[in-house]
Amino acid sequence: MTENGNTTTVISISWWRNQQVRAVIYQIIVLSLLLGAILLIFKNTMTNLEERGISSGFKFLSNEAGFGMSEALPIPMPHGTFLAFIFTFMAGLVVAFLLNRMQAARGKTIGDSTFLVLTVIFFLFVIPGSILYFMGDRIVSSTYTETSSYAMGLVTGLLNTLKVSFLGCVLATLLGLVIGISRLSTNWLVSHLAAAFIETIRNIPLLLQLFFWYHAVLMALPGVQDSIKLASVVILNNRGVYLPDPEGTASFGLFTVAIFLALVAIYFRVRHVNQIRDRTGEQLPVLMPSLAVLVGLPALVWIIFGSPFTLSYPVLGGFNFSGGLWLSPEFAAMLFGLVIYTSAFIAEIVRSGIEAISKGQREAAMSLGLRPGHTMRLVILPQAMRVIIPPLTSQYLNLTKNSSLGVAIAYPELVSVGGTILNQSGQAIEIIFITMCIYLTFSLLISMFMNWYNAKNKLVER
Amino acid sequence: MTMAKEQLNPSGAAPMEKPPKITHGVLGWMRINLFSDWYNTILTILALYLVFLIIRAVVDWGLISATFGMSPDSCRQGEGACWGVVGHFWGLFMVGTYPYELRWRIGLVLFIIVAMGLASRHSALRSNRWYWAAWVALVVPVFLLIRGSSILGLEVVDSTLWGGLLLTMMLSVVGIIVSFPISIVLALGRRSEMPIIKALSVGYIELFRGVPLITILFMASVMLPLFFPPGFSVDKVLRAQIGIIMFYSAYLAEVVRGGLQAIPKGQEEAAKALGLGYWQTMILIVMPQALRVVIPPLVGTFIQLLKDTSLVSIVSLIDLLGVAHVTTQNPDWLGRVVEAYVFVGFLYWVICFSMSRYSVSLEKRFKAGQY
Repeated sequence: MTENGNTTTVISISWWRNQQVRAVIYQIIVLSLLLGAILLIFKNTMTNLEERGISSGFKFLSNEAGFGMSEALPIPMPHGTFLAFIFTFMAGLVVAFLLNRMQAARGKTIGDSTFLVLTVIFFLFVIPGSILYFMGDRIVSSTYTETSSYAMGLVTGLLNTLKVSFLGCVLATLLGLVIGISRLSTNWLVSHLAAAFIETIRNIPLLLQLFFWYHAVLMALPGVQDSIKLASVVILNNRGVYLPDPEGTASFGLFTVAIFLALVAIYFRVRHVNQIRDRTGEQLPVLMPSLAVLVGLPALVWIIFGSPFTLSYPVLGGFNFSGGLWLSPEFAAMLFGLVIYTSAFIAEIVRSGIEAISKGQREAAMSLGLRPGHTMRLVILPQAMRVIIPPLTSQYLNLTKNSSLGVAIAYPELVSVGGTILNQSGQAIEIIFITMCIYLTFSLLISMFMNWYNAKNKLVER
Repeated sequence: MTMAKEQLNPSGAAPMEKPPKITHGVLGWMRINLFSDWYNTILTILALYLVFLIIRAVVDWGLISATFGMSPDSCRQGEGACWGVVGHFWGLFMVGTYPYELRWRIGLVLFIIVAMGLASRHSALRSNRWYWAAWVALVVPVFLLIRGSSILGLEVVDSTLWGGLLLTMMLSVVGIIVSFPISIVLALGRRSEMPIIKALSVGYIELFRGVPLITILFMASVMLPLFFPPGFSVDKVLRAQIGIIMFYSAYLAEVVRGGLQAIPKGQEEAAKALGLGYWQTMILIVMPQALRVVIPPLVGTFIQLLKDTSLVSIVSLIDLLGVAHVTTQNPDWLGRVVEAYVFVGFLYWVICFSMSRYSVSLEKRFKAGQY
C-alpha cells in the first residue's frame, strides 16, 4: 500500500493466517472458556449451598452478632449532625475539585488567587469544622457490644484496621527515615548497625515477628500487681500497655481553632515569600516567623483560657488499672510488629531514593552558589521525593494489608472479625466478598493517589 | 606547589607545618570512619554501647546461662535459653509428622539436590543445557519420592502428614515453579493488543494484588470446596498451595512487566523483521533480556513468597512456623516460646538471606557477561 498511487501488490493469505482474525478467534476461545468455568462454578456453588442449607444474600448482616470484642471504637451513627458534617465536607471536596479543574483549564492553580484559596478553606474546613465545633456534642455514636449486629461488628473491625494502620504508617515512616539516614551515615559502625537491622528484619516473616512480640514479649510481661513502670508514666503488664491520656477540656476547641488559624497564616506567609522571591530574588525569613505563629497562637489560647487538656494517669484500682490510655497486648503487638517490619523496607526506600540523585546535581547546585540548606531543600529533596513517594505509598498499602495478620493474634480487625462471623453464620462468600471489596477500595484509593502524584511530578523531558 | 609557597613567602623561611593526619592503616581507618569529628565520636560510642548491650544479652541468654540438656527437667535449673526444646522436637521442626521409617526418602531428596548443586561448581556444567534440563526434570522424581506412589511401590504419605521445614519448602518451591510461568503469561497478556485478553489480565492482576494474602487463603480453604461438585474434595495443602500460586502469579506478573517495559521496542521489531513469530520473539528475544533486568525484584518476590508461606499456619497447616507454635503448647515444654521462635526465625533468616545474596551474585555474573 503506497500513497503515491502506484500499483499495490496484495499478497493474498488465507483467512486463518490473518492476524486480526486470529486475535478475534483467540479472544472468543478464552472468553467462552472463562464463561464456561464461571457458569460451572456458579452451578456447583448453588448446589453445594442448597445442600448445606445456607441461603445466600446479605440479610444476615442485621442479625445479632453474639460475640464480644476486646476493643471497639465508638461508631458515629449516620443521623442529623454527623450526616451534616459528612455532607458539608463532601461538598467542600467537590468545590475544591471543581475550582482546581477550572484553574487548570486556565493553566493556573488555586494557589494563584487569594480569593479562591479563601473559598476552598471556607467550604472545606470552616463549614464542616464549625458543625463539629458548635454541634459536635450532638453526634450520636454507639459502641459495639455482643447484642450489636454483624454489620456493626464489621464496621468496628474496619475501624480497628484503620486505627492500627494509620498509627503504624506514621510511626514506621519516622523509624524508617531514621534508619535509612543512619544507613547512609559516614560513620561505619552506625551504617552497619542499620544494615544489620534491615537485613535481619526483612528476612524474617512478619507473622513470626508478630507471634514473637505477642507471645514472647507482651504476654510474658509480669501480672498486674508486679507491673513494670517506665519513668512512672508508662506501665507495662500482661494486660497491656498503659500511657497517660490527654483529655480535652473546655478550651480544647479554641485550641484547635488557634492551630488551624496559625496554619492558614503560615500558608499565606509562604505564598507571599515565594512570590517575592520569584519577582525579586530576595529571600525573606519563613521558618522562624512560622514557628512563632504556630507556637504563639495556641500558647496564647492556653494562657488566656487555661490548659486545653489534662493528662489522666492510669491508677491501680482493685485487680486492674483504670484511666489513662490503654493499649491492649494485641494492639501493641500489632503496632510493634508492623512498625518494625515496615520501617526496614522504608529505610531501604529512603536510602535508595537519596542515592539515586546523581552527585552532579549537588555539584551543579553548589556551583550556582546555592547554600547547602538550599541545595538540599530545593534540589536534592524534590528529586529524591519523586523516587521515594511511589514505593513509600505502596508500603503504606502493604502495611494496611499486613494488618490482616491480626487474625493470628486475635486483634479484632476486619479479617479477624470477618472470620468469626464466617464461622458463626457460614456465609463464606458474602463475608469474603465484603472484606475483599474493602481492601480493593484501599488499594484503588492508593493507586489513584499514585497516578495523580506521578502525573504531577513527571519529569518534563524534551 | 613549592613554587607557589616561595611566591607567597618571599622571605624564604618556610613555616613549620604539622604532619598530615594518618589516613591509612587501622588508626587512619578509624579516624575517617568512626571518629571524624566530635559528633561522630559520640555516635560511635553510643553505638558501641548498644552493640555491647545486645551482644551481652544474646550471649548470656543463648550460651552462658542456657541449658542444652534434652529433658524438660534440666531446663528448670537454667536462667537462660533451653535448647532442649529444639533438640526434642527436631524431627517435627524438619519434616512434621512425616512417618519416621520413611524419612530416608527426604534424606535421599536432599542428597540429590545437594549433589546437583555441588556439581554446578564446574563451570563447564553450568553452560550445559542438559544440566539445567536435569534440574527441571528433577521435579518429578522429587515429588514422587516425597509423596510416594503406589505404582512405583513407594508408600503414599498423605500431605496432611507433611509439616515443618519440609512443608514450608514444598509450598515455596512449588509455588515459585508454578506461579512464575503463569505470571509471564499474565504479564504478556497485560501488554497484549487484544482488548479482552488485556482486560482479563489487568483485572486478575489488580484484583489479587489489591487484597491481603490471608483473604485469598481463606477463600481457597473455605470457598474452593464450594466451587467443586459435591463429593469432590481437594486436599488441604493443595488448597493453600493454589491460594499462594494465584496470589503470587499476580505479584510476579507485575515484576515481569517491569522487565518487559525496560526492553526497547526495537528488539521486538527487529525480531519481527527477521520473520520470527510472536512466541519466538518473546521466548528467544524479549524474555531473556527482560528477566535479566528484573532479577533483583524477582528474587525479592520469591523471598516474599517464602516468608508468606508462614501464613498457612493460620489456616491450620503445620508449617515451620506452625510447628514452633505447636511446641509451645506442649505441657512438658510450656513457656519455651522464645527458643522456638528464635530457632525458626533463624532458619527463615538463613534461607532468605542466602537467597538474596545469591541474587546479588547472579546479577553481577550477568552484568559481567553482558556485551
